[in-house]
Amino acid sequence: MSGFDKVVYSYEEAMAGLTDNMTIIAGGFGLCGIPENLISEIKHKGTRGLTLVSNNCGVDGFGLGLLLPDRQISKIIASYVGENAEFERQMMSGELSVELTPQGTLAEKMRAGGAGIPAFYTATGVGTPVAEGKDERQFNGRDYILEEAIVGDFAIVKAWKADRYGNLVFRKTARNFNPLAATAGKITVVEVEEIVEPGQLDPDEIHTPGIYVNRLIQSTFEKRIEQRTTRPAGE
Amino acid sequence: MALSRDQIAQRVAQELQDGFYVNLGIGIPTLVANFIPKDIEVMLQSENGLLGMGAFPTEDEVDADLINAGKQTVTMAAGASIFDSAESFAMIRGGHVDLTVLGAFEVDVNGNIASYMIPGKLIKGMGGAMDLVAGADNIIVTMTHASKHGESKLLSNCTLPLTGKGCIKKVLTDLAFIEIKAGQFHLLERAPGVSVAEIIELTQGELVIEGDIPEMKFS
Repeated sequence: MSGFDKVVYSYEEAMAGLTDNMTIIAGGFGLCGIPENLISEIKHKGTRGLTLVSNNCGVDGFGLGLLLPDRQISKIIASYVGENAEFERQMMSGELSVELTPQGTLAEKMRAGGAGIPAFYTATGVGTPVAEGKDERQFNGRDYILEEAIVGDFAIVKAWKADRYGNLVFRKTARNFNPLAATAGKITVVEVEEIVEPGQLDPDEIHTPGIYVNRLIQSTFEKRIEQRTTRPAGE
Repeated sequence: MALSRDQIAQRVAQELQDGFYVNLGIGIPTLVANFIPKDIEVMLQSENGLLGMGAFPTEDEVDADLINAGKQTVTMAAGASIFDSAESFAMIRGGHVDLTVLGAFEVDVNGNIASYMIPGKLIKGMGGAMDLVAGADNIIVTMTHASKHGESKLLSNCTLPLTGKGCIKKVLTDLAFIEIKAGQFHLLERAPGVSVAEIIELTQGELVIEGDIPEMKFS
């Protein structure tokens, strides 16, 4: 038994301690690289009043969209929320509060949150609705707005491979927000396709060091595709 | 004749240079990839975390873990790299991308752009557009010159919520190629067969016409 062994063997254990009104940071872009089984566990648990921080909110019936029918999310911080009819209904009726945040600002808010940086200045959003109520300051003659970091009570992450110590490797563009989310949770839970023994991953190829990871679980994934676009073979 | 979507993309592609790193937005900008001149190399950046985006996959190559910012399945070109979203936007915010092409609802004489929200109608979010317009120096906006009802999209002041302030210098519409400087639109080129008078008619913001305005050339 090693104190660094992060592996848990049930989803109940993986999401233990999640209670109503907590903030959850989720990795994923669209439906790519989303922690789909951890989301299902949150649905199963029935936790409510959640603030979700995620680039998107899934689609009807998949991904974070699963948490909408039972009104488990009270607020979402996201950059793009366009693929979901139930989402739109709840937003328009005021049941769901939405804080639209530029994608790069969202990524940086997570990165800063995980790195102990409380806020940062950025040119993104100056002169737009995003700047409303935020501190503005000039550096070298250019205007910037102050954006605050985000830390989650939980972060839920999907990686490709891990060792038992929680060192993570992501695969292709399923990486997206996942490494950033992993740093920004008070409790970071990661689900992966394969778990190997410490020493079996090349230290040079680890994307996220295990220090950020609290719990690790192995599972299988549907990996639904949002826009299947192909070219004919032979071109 | 107004330009087709493909012709708009084709004209934008003439602005590409060998060695450019380029971010193409959703819609017409995506089509620019089909017209990259054969004698130059460009690398396409997709803001979800891919530099060196390739063609769409064949049915056998489809990989759910490999998509572009439009959530379409894609492939990687030789020399591609993968990174997280913070790294991706470090490239964009840090001004490392040579050319950004994106769509818009409105652009005005002060270089303001509105592209992400129609209050009460369309509230989907800005995605990476605010970062792209704030971070890039070289931006081309592609859009139709006027709405279906003939209302100009080139205005003295944007009416919709802004995506960025004072950041647009070039606009390519289905009628004209326009530069924005010193609080005015300047007509650089017109679509083949479209008269200067037609362009003036459909441009609400102040438009400067200097000398003979050439027609766009398509080889």
